[in-house]
Amino acid sequence: MSAVLSPSPGGTAAGRSEGVWVAAARRFRGDRVGMVSLAIVAAFLVLVLAAGLGVVAADWQVERGVPDAPPTFVGPKPAQQAVTVAAPEGPNADISAIDPLAPRYTEWAEAAKKYQTTEAARAQTLPFGADRFGRDVLAKAVKGAQVSILVGVSAAIVATLIGTVLGALGGFFGGRLGDLLEWVYNVFTAMPGILLIFAFAAVFGRGIGSVVLILGLAGWTGIYRLVRAEFIKHASRDYVRSAEAIGASAAARMFRHILPNVSHVVLVQLSIHVVGFIKSEVILSYLGLGVGVDQVSWGTMLAEAQSELILGHWWQLAAATAFMAVFVTAFSLMTDALRDALDPKLRGAE
Amino acid sequence: MAAYLIRRIWQMVPTLFGVVLLVFLLFKGFGSDPAEILAGQNASQQQVDAIRQQLGLNEPLWTQFGIYLKQIVSFDWGKSWATNEPVANLFLTRLPATLTVMVPILVLETLLAIPFALAVAYVRGSLTDRAIMVLTTVALSISFLVYVIVGQYVFAFQLGWFPVQGWSDSVVRNLVTYAPLPVLLAVAVSLAPQTRLYRSFFLDEIGHDYVRTARAKGLTETSILLRHVLRNAMIPILTNVAVSLPGIFVGAFLIEVFFSIPGLGREILLAVNRSDYPVIQAFALYTAAITMVVNLLTDVAYKLVDPRVVLK
Repeated sequence: MSAVLSPSPGGTAAGRSEGVWVAAARRFRGDRVGMVSLAIVAAFLVLVLAAGLGVVAADWQVERGVPDAPPTFVGPKPAQQAVTVAAPEGPNADISAIDPLAPRYTEWAEAAKKYQTTEAARAQTLPFGADRFGRDVLAKAVKGAQVSILVGVSAAIVATLIGTVLGALGGFFGGRLGDLLEWVYNVFTAMPGILLIFAFAAVFGRGIGSVVLILGLAGWTGIYRLVRAEFIKHASRDYVRSAEAIGASAAARMFRHILPNVSHVVLVQLSIHVVGFIKSEVILSYLGLGVGVDQVSWGTMLAEAQSELILGHWWQLAAATAFMAVFVTAFSLMTDALRDALDPKLRGAE
Repeated sequence: MAAYLIRRIWQMVPTLFGVVLLVFLLFKGFGSDPAEILAGQNASQQQVDAIRQQLGLNEPLWTQFGIYLKQIVSFDWGKSWATNEPVANLFLTRLPATLTVMVPILVLETLLAIPFALAVAYVRGSLTDRAIMVLTTVALSISFLVYVIVGQYVFAFQLGWFPVQGWSDSVVRNLVTYAPLPVLLAVAVSLAPQTRLYRSFFLDEIGHDYVRTARAKGLTETSILLRHVLRNAMIPILTNVAVSLPGIFVGAFLIEVFFSIPGLGREILLAVNRSDYPVIQAFALYTAAITMVVNLLTDVAYKLVDPRVVLK
């Protein structure tokens, strides 16, 4: 990498070596794959923000096309042959004498006139097609991106917070507290993760908040382990002891002195978990344990797509898959670049 | 060895106790009222009260926990609220289907991923290697769901090579007719991550001194990889297989749901959807116990495979 060889920029602060974050940013900028992925992730985040503010895809529930309208480039559905029923012969029988509802027909007709109904013109095709209600698949995929990414990022933040705080406490203090936290860790890792998620899902119900909580509570153990190991390593370092010598409190040593020095580990773990949690959210929503029924996520889109595919309506599946694949690939590659930039020793390792 | 085993088994007790406590508090503290779930939607207050009385829900919390512990120790796992089937019976009847699917998956994915990863490690650093790595990243970013949905549609519905779904009472028929498609799909999906992982194991080993020595004495790259690297890399590979072993008793939830395989995975999902607490609780404990036993066996197996390992 040429970037590694380039002299450190700036140099305004005479002789002061660049900080770890500046160096990492410089290494990251030199990574072309990383920069492209960062741009894609940033574009998605702008999309999520726009969808959150209601600028785009706010009307995803509006039925704009005919049911199962195909994408524009495929062309409209061939018109189905109307099944003709032979017109009945003979005069209509007058049953008004025995029809118990007959006296009220005029009354209802009057009442119905008070309401204006307009039959909205429905498009035969939409750019990405429509689902079985005629809702725009593109708008759904954008709104789904908002929900899925929001859940993934929030859950990763929850898991990282729990893992970092517990890992810091366990690693820094050790002793009884450390043993207690190790016991909690052992309990949480005693069963496969997916089972833990299901157990939480059984009691918390569905909805965005529940999914965030479920994934966060079930997914903090890996971060705890790493942060704890880092804190054990750092707690006995000279700079921490010096801080203790000048009277820094335990909390200050943990979070003002050690945490910045292990924050690169935390940051990389955070972004690794975002990818994992987005995938988990998709599966939970597919199984009906995820976001609510009035919301859309990539998982609920895939759940609908399964029955649509049998009828030959592949577009919803394609849209959800494409959105998810692009975002997750970009995020994974960005995470790899981030890890390489923050921890050059790990470069090239899995 | 005996002392080690006894100590390890003794150490399982607090963890298992913790799992019991977690499960108990989780369902007691956050779950909805079992009496109301059991009574159904049209129950009168009297019926709900009667059920509360019957389940001991009016007792103080610690008495309830005591009752719960006693049930667990005496292996009385209770009955499913939804079907009234004893939970132990539920496990025994659902486990064979799960194993019929999961064992072939685990065996096949391990046997396929090792040569794949070895081949990729052989051409490490080349364009092929990097292309495969990018390809696996993309393959991994597509949801597991998509592969199963599309695979079922193409191979079973369109091409008709396999039944779309189904299960029978005969093990042979299941293995020959119904299991192949789920197994193939699951293996195909897990091949990408496994190959990446095993490749990194091989690359770790290739960096060691003994490989340089082997090269220095003039061994070919092929024999270095097959005779030296492969054998040493088997240790992390075995660890990885051992870690996924408890999973075969849980089953692949999605695979079982998709293909209507009457296994444990589908059962637990049904239980979650029906708020069938006894089944979920028993299942959590059962998997925790299995995981711990498997971990212990793995550690013992290490000792047998690698004499350098010291059990402490």
